[in-house]
Amino acid sequence: MTVSQSVVPTKPGGAGKESKGLGLRRREAKWGLIFLSPWLLGFLIFTLLPMLASLTFSFTNYNPTKPAEMSFVGLSNYARLFNDVDLLQAISVTLRFALISVPLSLIFPLLLALLVNSKHLLAKNVFRTLFYMPYMIPVVAGVMVFGGVLNSESGWLNRLLAMIGIQGPNWFQDANWVLPALVIMGFWGVGNTMLTMLSGLQNVPTEMYEAAKVDGANAFVTFFKITIPMISPVVFYNLILSLIGTFQYFTQAYVISNGRGDPGGATLFYNLYLYKTAFAFLDMGYGSTLAWAMFIVVLLLTVFLFQTQKRWVYYAGGED
Amino acid sequence: MAATTTQIKKPLLSWKQREILSYIGVTLLGLVVVVIFLMPLGYAAVTAFKSQEQIRDVTGPLLPSLPSKYNYQGKDYNLYEVPMPDGTRTMALVKAGRESSEFVDPLNPDAGLVKWEGRWRTLTPKYEFSPFMENFERAWNQISLGKLFVNTFAIAIWSMIGTLISSILVAYGFARFRFPGKKVLFMILIATIILPGQVTLIPQYAFFRAIGWGGTWWPLIIPHFFANAYNVFLLRQYFLGIPRELDEAAMMDGASPFRILISVILPQSMPAVTAVAMFHFFWSWNDFYTPLIYLAGKEDLYTISIGLTRFNNVYAVQPGLAMAAALMVVALPVALFFLAQRQFMQGIVVTGVEK
Repeated sequence: MTVSQSVVPTKPGGAGKESKGLGLRRREAKWGLIFLSPWLLGFLIFTLLPMLASLTFSFTNYNPTKPAEMSFVGLSNYARLFNDVDLLQAISVTLRFALISVPLSLIFPLLLALLVNSKHLLAKNVFRTLFYMPYMIPVVAGVMVFGGVLNSESGWLNRLLAMIGIQGPNWFQDANWVLPALVIMGFWGVGNTMLTMLSGLQNVPTEMYEAAKVDGANAFVTFFKITIPMISPVVFYNLILSLIGTFQYFTQAYVISNGRGDPGGATLFYNLYLYKTAFAFLDMGYGSTLAWAMFIVVLLLTVFLFQTQKRWVYYAGGED
Repeated sequence: MAATTTQIKKPLLSWKQREILSYIGVTLLGLVVVVIFLMPLGYAAVTAFKSQEQIRDVTGPLLPSLPSKYNYQGKDYNLYEVPMPDGTRTMALVKAGRESSEFVDPLNPDAGLVKWEGRWRTLTPKYEFSPFMENFERAWNQISLGKLFVNTFAIAIWSMIGTLISSILVAYGFARFRFPGKKVLFMILIATIILPGQVTLIPQYAFFRAIGWGGTWWPLIIPHFFANAYNVFLLRQYFLGIPRELDEAAMMDGASPFRILISVILPQSMPAVTAVAMFHFFWSWNDFYTPLIYLAGKEDLYTISIGLTRFNNVYAVQPGLAMAAALMVVALPVALFFLAQRQFMQGIVVTGVEK
């Protein structure tokens, strides 16, 4: 982070030198805080106080329709985490989904970025725009479109599979196939990751590739020994975002079965379970506990990943 | 020795030829991938113009079509491709039989019925392109898409105004002023980006309900007047890139910091401001969780996302209507994206990669 050099308004005919410097500095700080005030206020009202409040709620049986009956229940919400069958289901769904979707959400955009970065691709910008475009499509509309494409009877995917003699599954209605269906749907949202990967690729100095060529490295070696290490910071950044995104996964899961988690709880993602607990059953005490449990897990995961990054993430400019 | 040198000198293809082949190969690969990638949109476009019967006819052509008919002696008969000794002819099936059927040739109806040996069910029926136009209007009316559009638009615009004003002010504060604790405050700001919204959601909800804002748009608009970390970050990066000499000159002329922001900084930051405005617009158009919890039960106030969801399950059995609705919802953001894609995609790279 660069600390900005400040520009201080100089008014003609000010006071003595010393007090002038001090006064100006104070004035500058005053202006800075004035400009920051929307965020400072917002951070207090919409982030800091709510965080403390939800931490407090997590030790209560808070229900917004019965505020008078609110009382502290000690650690019982936290104890409930460990023998909640639905929570177990939610964690298992989320982890299984993460296992397929997180790697693919890095590999697929990387491949696309390599494609649209290729010097042999004509009309690069057209391709970049087209690959990015579905990211703009509202998720609900996207779910509807994929609901059609993956329709077991009239959808194109199963008709295509039928052409090569495969009986396609009943995607959204089959507990075994609904997660892969959601992963397929997720391919439409890779635009952002693709662009960051692309700018990572473009930042690899060409001299490195030239040097590798002189040394006789083939494309495979060049890719794994130069490209991958050089773009590892971008991959790392996207890995963190993707993991957080998986824990927050909600809209798609909600839309496909109107929040029920069908078929048979196969789409009861963690965040959907949290939503149901807090806003359908209005059990906001336990809901807050679920939120904090998620926060702590995400935080630990992020810290853990930051620990591992020394082993595999290469910062060209050294770590700061 | 001499032979090998000539071989090296003359490879199978010259460098130029190989370059051209690479261009063709890579671009073709790109085309194939992009076609597969955007296939769902093609499906939506085609299906939106199909009636229920056309969708159910899974053996029919991909494009919306109906069996071609031929009117023979006052009645309509379906046309088939019939292999005849003199080549395939398109003929209307008049009398269907199990092992042999009678056809009439539309090109020569006066010749009367032609007998054909074979099972007519094995014949290829002839289709003609016939789009079904009613889905759009029906979906529009059933979902009251007009109202949903107005609602979503109003929320998007008001919250966009809020986030622009507040984020510009805060970014300016971070970019141009020195004060104690600035570094820490900026770190906190960035940290809020990865803070899961769920941790603050329940108390926020309780708070808005307590002040009587449950079931109104206020919780969807007012928080945006308190700046957003992404937007502040993007704008600050941009402001830092603007030379200070201009601020200083304005300051010498006695301009106040507000004046400098409005007349010096902002005019030069339009690309970043546009990017932030667009980001916010798309985000708001897509927002689901907040309208879902705050507008529950208030159908008059619903946004597109929430309004559509209610119909998704109903529409699962009527893909034509679902696709028409989806296409209408997609049209505006996609059109906007194509109009402003340059600023937009640059903005992503700034926020996404720089630390």
